[in-house]
Amino acid sequence: MSCMRRFCHETQSHDSLHSCMCRRSVALLLLKMSEERDPAALSGSAQTEGEEDLFVSAMESPEAARLSAEDISPSSNGPRDDDPDDPDDLFAEATEEVSLDSPERQPILSDGPSPAITPVTISPRVDVFDRSPDLDEDEEENRDTFDIQISVSDPEKVGDGMNAYMVYKVMTKTSLSIFSRDEVCVKRRFSDFLGLHSKLASKYMHMGYIVPPAPEKSIVGMTKVKVGKEDLSSVEFVEKRRSALERYLLRTVKHPALLKDPDVLQFLESSELPRAVSTQALSGAGILRMVNKAADAVNKMTIKMNESDAWFEEKQQQFENLDVQLRKLHASVESLVCHRKELSVNTASFAKSAAMLGNSEDHTALSRALSQLAEVEEKIDQLHQDQSYADFYLISELLGDYVRLITAVKGVFDQRMKAWAKWQDAQVMLQRKREAEAKLQYASKPDKLQQATDEIREEIEEWEGKVQQGERDFEQISKNIRREVGRFEKDRVKDFRVVIIKYLESLVHTQQQLIKYWEAFLPEAKAIA
Amino acid sequence: MVRSVSVDLNNDASLVIDIPDALCERDKVKFTIHIKTTLSSFQKSEFSVPRQHEDFIWLHDTIVETEEYAGLIIPPAPPKPDFEGPREKMHKLGEGESSMTKEEYAKMKQELEAEYLAVFKKTVQVHEVFLQRLSSHPMFRKDRNFQIFLEYDQDLTVRRKNAKEMFGGFFKNMVKSADEVLISGVKEVDEFFEQEKIFLLDYSSKIKDATAKAEKMTRSHKNVADDYNHISGAMNSIAADNNTAFKKHLEKCAEVFEKLRKLEDRVASDQELKLTELLRYYTRDIQAAKDLLYRRARALADYENSNKTLDKARLKGKDIAQAEENQKQCLRKFDKLSESGKKELTSFKARRVVAFRKNLIEMTELEIKHAKNSMSLLQGSIEILNSN
Repeated sequence: MSCMRRFCHETQSHDSLHSCMCRRSVALLLLKMSEERDPAALSGSAQTEGEEDLFVSAMESPEAARLSAEDISPSSNGPRDDDPDDPDDLFAEATEEVSLDSPERQPILSDGPSPAITPVTISPRVDVFDRSPDLDEDEEENRDTFDIQISVSDPEKVGDGMNAYMVYKVMTKTSLSIFSRDEVCVKRRFSDFLGLHSKLASKYMHMGYIVPPAPEKSIVGMTKVKVGKEDLSSVEFVEKRRSALERYLLRTVKHPALLKDPDVLQFLESSELPRAVSTQALSGAGILRMVNKAADAVNKMTIKMNESDAWFEEKQQQFENLDVQLRKLHASVESLVCHRKELSVNTASFAKSAAMLGNSEDHTALSRALSQLAEVEEKIDQLHQDQSYADFYLISELLGDYVRLITAVKGVFDQRMKAWAKWQDAQVMLQRKREAEAKLQYASKPDKLQQATDEIREEIEEWEGKVQQGERDFEQISKNIRREVGRFEKDRVKDFRVVIIKYLESLVHTQQQLIKYWEAFLPEAKAIA
Repeated sequence: MVRSVSVDLNNDASLVIDIPDALCERDKVKFTIHIKTTLSSFQKSEFSVPRQHEDFIWLHDTIVETEEYAGLIIPPAPPKPDFEGPREKMHKLGEGESSMTKEEYAKMKQELEAEYLAVFKKTVQVHEVFLQRLSSHPMFRKDRNFQIFLEYDQDLTVRRKNAKEMFGGFFKNMVKSADEVLISGVKEVDEFFEQEKIFLLDYSSKIKDATAKAEKMTRSHKNVADDYNHISGAMNSIAADNNTAFKKHLEKCAEVFEKLRKLEDRVASDQELKLTELLRYYTRDIQAAKDLLYRRARALADYENSNKTLDKARLKGKDIAQAEENQKQCLRKFDKLSESGKKELTSFKARRVVAFRKNLIEMTELEIKHAKNSMSLLQGSIEILNSN
């Protein structure tokens, strides 16, 4: 935390954008860095200069971290349909409209699953079997001019007591024409983000688009904030959330379809956002949603899909494995963060103790050396603390994001299965209608026959249409998924490569400082006489 | 000006002791004591003898109980070999075997062996130093029991049992808290001892605290090393599933974390050996110095009592000669303790300063070395990963 405060201090003279940047988390910059390193990305127009990687500047080797997410390659993020942690994902078919007690706690009600609403730019994409990094023309073109920067900053508490909430400033800077202004600032609260996600999920998930999951809720964390505890843990909580919200928005706009979505535009631009009916963790609606999710899960098990495409089977298995492994890695990194913090605390405690020992020591030179040892250890404890922030924001949070993303990816595969099931059901119905037609010849009274035949013919036509639609939908979602998965994997590799380098660099810095401190102490130790 | 040959206690060639070897059998550690001597009091000039930890304790206790040594700082007894840490780890390893990958298991096993070795090294060192303190001290080296310890070619167990019955561990059973009260309560005329008293009482609590905090710090380092180990294993798992160039990248990363773990482990164990062990040892040594002050304070109290008794006797006109003799003896004892105590405490301070200096320098040099190694490992890896 202190490294952030230090940075803030340094940038006080800069303009407001820079002070927004003041509270960048490293993961955020990392995300942007991953984008700027994409060789295919052509540098768009204006990027703010002199922005410094927060953590790096604290390391005294400032790099200009360009903030723009100019790379258009969409991150493929999945709908969190099956995410047990997210009771707010409304895509579950149920549209519960249970309304509740307090007016602020409206039950979540997305625009309803609306398969009929086709997102703005869905056009048949080029060869989906091409899993190379080539994008289709639209995207290629967009990439050239893609330029958007988003920041989430300045958390502010509004209201008092249990009704209080945090409001964040969302600033968008862009040269894209779909936006009405170059620079716009709006105020949003957490539930607004959740509302945005639920809308996007309901619109795009069933088409196989991986919609980036929104950050998780935390009752404990928020309660502390509401209750007004100004302690370090609630400050850290707010910072963690702010950073997560920023990453969420950046991932969302990285996706070319989502970027153009009117809900996204409205979210980023309008000063007044209709109060997102939201996310009551333990509402009746919430429980209903969970029940429906469970039903969905059972449903899934009875759909035995005839997988004709080995690619899907293989990928699904891969993602299952990756899920397990990522969680394990994440757990280990979380443990590292925790132990590193402990190391920092224990080092500080030892430093104090060594200082006391130095005071007590009656041999002058030794006493001085012990005091200096105490000072060194104090500096080192700060070093460990900074490193633990790097551990956390660079790796741990990113891994957490990916664990949620994988769940979303798995959800997309489930959507495909649902689409297949729908198609099959339509075929079954069609078959039944045809059989019914055949039976009609023998069954009805002659005078009613014509009417019945007409009726059944109509139905048959209807179901033929549904079968065709079902097949088209299934093929479309399959295409989309292949493309989305391709992007996801590309992004994953890129993100990881960049994160690891950044992380190792943070470790290098720590070691450099250690050398500096100990080398300064060595003559002091030798001077004991 | 500090002698450059610091705390090397094997200075004197007339009696050189070291522990070249030790065997760990279940709970017991068998140390092989190796002696080289030119002293005629020994039968052979070079020989070895096996001893257990309990034998050391017996030797320490007999020395403590020896009245003649009341004016000396008695080298602190070595602590019991503590293999609890590695044993616990071994247990965990056994339990967690199913949930780990083969590589992880092998790694943890290796780590466990290293830890075992570290405990081993520590305990050998501290037993060795005990003997060397004795051999380098003009009075202790002549001690009869010390010679028996070194030379007696049979098992000392029988002797140990006898000794226990004889002394009944009387000194050790005394309530230690009485020390502090007695020491601080006695009216001190000698400026030197007054200063020492104030210093030792304060220093002793501070160094105890510093030892505990250093131990916690070392433990945290070890935990971090453990985490690097798990992270490395997890990365290898992910790599195994990837059949692309990314796989190589991940494997390289896993390797980096594995190396980091080794380095972090070394940092932790060197810190322990140079810093924590130093503090632990001097906590015990400070206690030994305090014990000396205590004995002297008791002697002073005895002397003051003998004065009172003498006055009473003179008043009553009875047993005067006896009282006078008693008083003379008490004074003699007290003076002897004061004289040798002063010498001991002065050389103790010198010894302490030298030991701290040596260990702090060595620790710092090791920290620098490890940090430089880490840095070159990391920078090298960054280069490789970037070029991929």
